[in-house]
Amino acid sequence: MSNNKSSASGSFAEKINNLTDTNLLLTITIVVFFLMYIGAIIFQGGGFLKAQNFLNLFNSNAALIILACGLSLVMITGGIDISVGGVTALVSMCCAVYLDFKGGNVFVSVLIALAIGLAFGAFQGFLVAYLDIQPFIVTLAGMFFARGMTTIVNTKPFNVANEAFSKLKMTRVIIPGLGSTNRKGVYVDAYVEIGVVVALLVVIVMFCMLRWTKLGRSFYAVGGNQQSALMLGINVKRTRFLSHLLCGLLAGIGGYVYFLHVGSGSPSHATGAEMDAIASSIIGGTMLTGGVGNIVGTLFGVLSLGTIQNIVSSAGLDQAWWTGITRAVMLCLFLVVQSLVMARKKK
Amino acid sequence: MQKNEAKKSNENFFMNLVRQQMFIPILAVLLLAVFNLIADPSFFKITLGYNSAGNPVLSGFLITILDSGSELAILAIGMTLVTAASGGQDISVGAAVAIAGSVILRVLCGGNSRPEKLAAPIIVAFLVSCIVAMLFGAFNGVLVAYFKIQPMIATLILYTAGRSIAAWINNNELPVISDEKFTYFGEFIPGIPIPTPFFIAVACIIIIFLVLKFTNLGLYTQAVGINESSSRLNGLNPAFIKVMSFVVLGLCVAVVGLIKVSRVSTINYSVIAKDIEMDAILAVALGGNALSGGKFNMAASIVGAYVIQFLTTTLYKFNVQSDALPAYKAVVVIVLVVISAPTVRDWFSNLTKKLKVKEVA
Repeated sequence: MSNNKSSASGSFAEKINNLTDTNLLLTITIVVFFLMYIGAIIFQGGGFLKAQNFLNLFNSNAALIILACGLSLVMITGGIDISVGGVTALVSMCCAVYLDFKGGNVFVSVLIALAIGLAFGAFQGFLVAYLDIQPFIVTLAGMFFARGMTTIVNTKPFNVANEAFSKLKMTRVIIPGLGSTNRKGVYVDAYVEIGVVVALLVVIVMFCMLRWTKLGRSFYAVGGNQQSALMLGINVKRTRFLSHLLCGLLAGIGGYVYFLHVGSGSPSHATGAEMDAIASSIIGGTMLTGGVGNIVGTLFGVLSLGTIQNIVSSAGLDQAWWTGITRAVMLCLFLVVQSLVMARKKK
Repeated sequence: MQKNEAKKSNENFFMNLVRQQMFIPILAVLLLAVFNLIADPSFFKITLGYNSAGNPVLSGFLITILDSGSELAILAIGMTLVTAASGGQDISVGAAVAIAGSVILRVLCGGNSRPEKLAAPIIVAFLVSCIVAMLFGAFNGVLVAYFKIQPMIATLILYTAGRSIAAWINNNELPVISDEKFTYFGEFIPGIPIPTPFFIAVACIIIIFLVLKFTNLGLYTQAVGINESSSRLNGLNPAFIKVMSFVVLGLCVAVVGLIKVSRVSTINYSVIAKDIEMDAILAVALGGNALSGGKFNMAASIVGAYVIQFLTTTLYKFNVQSDALPAYKAVVVIVLVVISAPTVRDWFSNLTKKLKVKEVA
């Protein structure tokens, strides 16, 4: 990723100066993630060395990866979307109610999830792009609407008892060669859930889209400078609309993956997921001011947050509030780093 | 001819009325009032009763609005300044209220979670929480002003960590204050049937109006919000004024924290002041203030805060669950921002112009 050609003989500082913003932030993220993981292995012992433990990082964060991808997209375009957590809760509740009460089939429930996501994305995108309303306010309202609707659909949390769904939920993809023997001496295969496959597909598609398609590049252009993007002949309004629409769609997909992971509907599902997703994007090097960002960084951002959670829980600290504090500290650090990078640019 | 003129002046009067910033909040109050009057007139009934301590207290939905709306009005004061100066909103106020409340309890209890008597006077505890809340406000302000981070993202940090910090201050315990005097701030002072938060809010409102009248705070804040670089060229220090507005909000947060913990004499870290940031932002928006900064109207924000509480109480009365409330409020927000969006206004004024042209033809 780094810029090797021009700085082969230069000093370290020169090398850093030659990196683009995107690559510099990405490098910082990846380095921080590996430092943290290695630190965890050293201080917390062998648990972190197991392949399954690493894969569980994906298993429990698959939905967050998808949500964070959507957010990165919107943030690259210069907007923000904080409704994704609410949409996730609404999607899982609606699908749960549909599958449980109506006994419907799984395929239709996927369609419901996508439709909810698209509806939120389209409405919010329309308000933001065509009526020029601040994205934060629109999506804040979207978040509260989704949370409220979740309660209106059903107040109490409940588990889904649908055979086809349970089958899908229990589907696991075995990864050969990474298994380990457990305490009883039985060999256990390493696995990932089906959601992880979806998440990785999303990451790959988004990465390619942002890197090589016209639409992807226009997201960066609009986020970097709307005025010059307009001069270049890019349809700014349409681009912003599409970014919110895609984010909504990804929120729908992420919501379904989340639902697949937990297998229940509850108004308190995915509380704070939007904040986690924003934090992952920021940690992954997406700039809030737009125009800078990378999906690979976002992936590492999510993994970093997951690692923090694992460290906190395996250190035996009181989870709920230590996780909050450590995440906030990390978010704060990365925000400051970003603002320093911005200052460097101006020089 | 004369008739036509009269009609025109009538129209002008109407247009002026509509343009007034107070128009939207007052219209909203009237609509809500009429709605309640039609649906169930008992909404307006106020009864004088006696509480468990034998003090005369007024009760009724209107009193509830005055009572709970006061917290919101106090927050709206600070939020209006922050909005005007920085062009963004502070979403950490709920978490900051939790911190302020937790600090008050910590000082009052002095480490013992069930104190027989208070470890420190209430005023000391309040002052300490003011300082802490102002420090947290300054933290937000510095991130916004010096590191140039969007206010909503900068305050996201405290939003994420705030309730954890609040729990950490009290070692995750839930201290309970048994001293009766402590309840005066959130409930009633013996002999006075009107809830105390209302008086606190009135005091805050008077102070802020005196400050706005006799100092340049209002002028400078608006100048920074309208154009940061030109205000700097005029000799202001925009960064300092932004930090200042966040510090003032911190002070408001400390006052609300006192009221909140005084109401229940204890604290619940995850529930206290939940979603209050949404209401505070909504109050500012409902007051017709531009959420992108610049000019503000403090009185309209305060009225806006009471209107929000009016709406909440009305919804509660119709047995809407507290978890479902946000959905209805979100609809109100969307309608408000759509009405006040410049694009929509332009479109609307174009439409009226066209209609007028047709009329003339």
